[in-house]
Amino acid sequence: MASVTLSSVVKAYGNVPVIHGIDLAVNSGEFLVLVGPSGCGKSTLLRMIAGLEEINDGTIAIGERIVNDLPASQRNLSMVFQSYALYPHMSVRKNLAFGLTNLRMPKDEISRRVTEAARILQIEPLMERKPRQLSGGQKQRVAIGRAIVREPQLFLFDEPLSNLDAELRVQMRVELAGLYQRLGTTMIYVTHDQTEAMTMATRIVVLNKGVVEQVGTPYELYNFPCNRFVATFIGSPKMNMLEATTADGAAEIAGIGKLKLPTGIPAKGPVSIGIRPEQIAIGDGGDLAIPGKVSLVEYLGSEIFVYVQLASGERLLVQAPGDARIRNGEPITLSISGHQAHYFDANGQRIGPKGKRQG
Amino acid sequence: MQKFLRKNAPAYVFLAPWLIGFFLLAIFPILASLYLSFTQYDVVRPPEWVGIENYQYMFEFDYRFWKSMQVTFTFVVISVPAKLIFALAVAMLLDKGIRAVGWYRALFYLPSILGGSIAVAILWRQLFDYNGVINSVLRFFGGDGPYWLSDPRYSLWTLIVLAVWQFGSPMLIFLAGLRAIPQDLYEAAEIDAAGPARKFFAITVPLLAPVIFFNLVLQMIEAFKSFSGAFIISGGTGAPLDSLLFFTVYLFNEAFSYFRMGYASALGWVLLLIIAAFTAIAFWTSKYWVHYENERG
Repeated sequence: MASVTLSSVVKAYGNVPVIHGIDLAVNSGEFLVLVGPSGCGKSTLLRMIAGLEEINDGTIAIGERIVNDLPASQRNLSMVFQSYALYPHMSVRKNLAFGLTNLRMPKDEISRRVTEAARILQIEPLMERKPRQLSGGQKQRVAIGRAIVREPQLFLFDEPLSNLDAELRVQMRVELAGLYQRLGTTMIYVTHDQTEAMTMATRIVVLNKGVVEQVGTPYELYNFPCNRFVATFIGSPKMNMLEATTADGAAEIAGIGKLKLPTGIPAKGPVSIGIRPEQIAIGDGGDLAIPGKVSLVEYLGSEIFVYVQLASGERLLVQAPGDARIRNGEPITLSISGHQAHYFDANGQRIGPKGKRQG
Repeated sequence: MQKFLRKNAPAYVFLAPWLIGFFLLAIFPILASLYLSFTQYDVVRPPEWVGIENYQYMFEFDYRFWKSMQVTFTFVVISVPAKLIFALAVAMLLDKGIRAVGWYRALFYLPSILGGSIAVAILWRQLFDYNGVINSVLRFFGGDGPYWLSDPRYSLWTLIVLAVWQFGSPMLIFLAGLRAIPQDLYEAAEIDAAGPARKFFAITVPLLAPVIFFNLVLQMIEAFKSFSGAFIISGGTGAPLDSLLFFTVYLFNEAFSYFRMGYASALGWVLLLIIAAFTAIAFWTSKYWVHYENERG
């Protein structure tokens, strides 16, 4: 196990900067997930930690050691690639043993580690097969096995589940979480899928355009997003945003009405009010009743997503129980409560409590 | 039948030039040469059936046949691997992402286009002549070059160098093959602590094996058939001391210097069988060392 410390790390391709001076401390034994939209630099950051990509400025330390000039092979880490990157001409056994052979490890030790990894990942019957004879899930297991046998101090995962179908992805997610609990090794995991991030991470780093937007536990990111970007990026379905002006301790939402601001939210200037779909109630009973018309209902079984068109022209997404009887086209009244909402200033920064409570 | 003709006649009319060419210029000469290889034929008199006498003579008495085999095999065994290794080395250099790679590709491919031509063979003769460019350079540095072309110890080597110089076409194929190897395999190998040599032998070579095999077969056939360089440089005779007596040069002399068409045909068929045998051996061994990604197994 090792900690990883990034200090003012900068990366540019030619004149195009992709990572703008990132500071990040990954604790030893932590499952840290880097998440962000495509092109935000999360894979680049991971590859820089791996040593597959040079850094232009700053330092990267694994444990106490600065590894800027250390080749990937000497950083004592393993990486699982999105494409699996299995050696196509080698059997599963040889794929697993390849790295250990390169380290000139004794044969008995190689054999012990390979057998152990095969047992953990339940790939024993596949050991003599070639990668082309494996299914996607099996390939991913072998790729993880190749990472495990090294017994590294740090695991790196680069979108390892994105080539799998939905069902397998959920299954592998659970297995990976189990593996983390079992090994307890520091893991850095890149994904664009926020469900993966929320379910697996001990902490999440939200990246956007080469900048860290927020670092926190899944609970903190969901309940206390530090800005509009994090608020709308984390959570599925997305958070609703309503624009308002504040005066006399209340927010005036154009064409809808006044919402009393909870204490701690200063009443001055324009604000964006963010409300998660599950925090909007159907019927009146909250601080502000909002009339509208149902424009679309998505039925998911246990829940439904209701798209409501407001008279002001805006559209709200509401999450309701699966047995709610709501039909397209009918009028509906929604209500929101001021203390459940998130408030962002004109610059998109959070106003109000920046909680650190754990969920 | 009439209906068939009426329906398909236009198609056959359009196909006719190719069909006539195929039967008249390919199939007929092939079959004719097979027949002639069992005859004595000097072009002037009609061919005279001699059974397997040509083949018997070739293997039992004709020391020049054996000499030509020796020269040709030496040439194939040295020039083909040398050319492939050189081509692969250049392809790997170009694959590193050098600037203006397109220009280099064109530049390196040029000898392959020129290489087979008479002009280059003549140029080669000028270069390696005792008073040619190579020796002038050697003399400039105080050395004294040998008689490259007229000393049997060196003459074949000049042709091997000429063959290796024409590395452009296998190089381009290697380059395409190298580009097709996924980069993340090298990255995985990098993390797996594989050094450059290990990456080359454990990743590049096995994944390039289908391309290596393709180039090997193609270049081997090409080398067995190699003619114009040896013919021009040896003045058409295989000189000095038959050191450049390539199989094809010997065949040409038998046919067009001595008009022993029957015997030359037999030589031609033996060359065909040799090439076929070596190609078959290459294919047979390939299942042990060539890995195809999309193969079912």
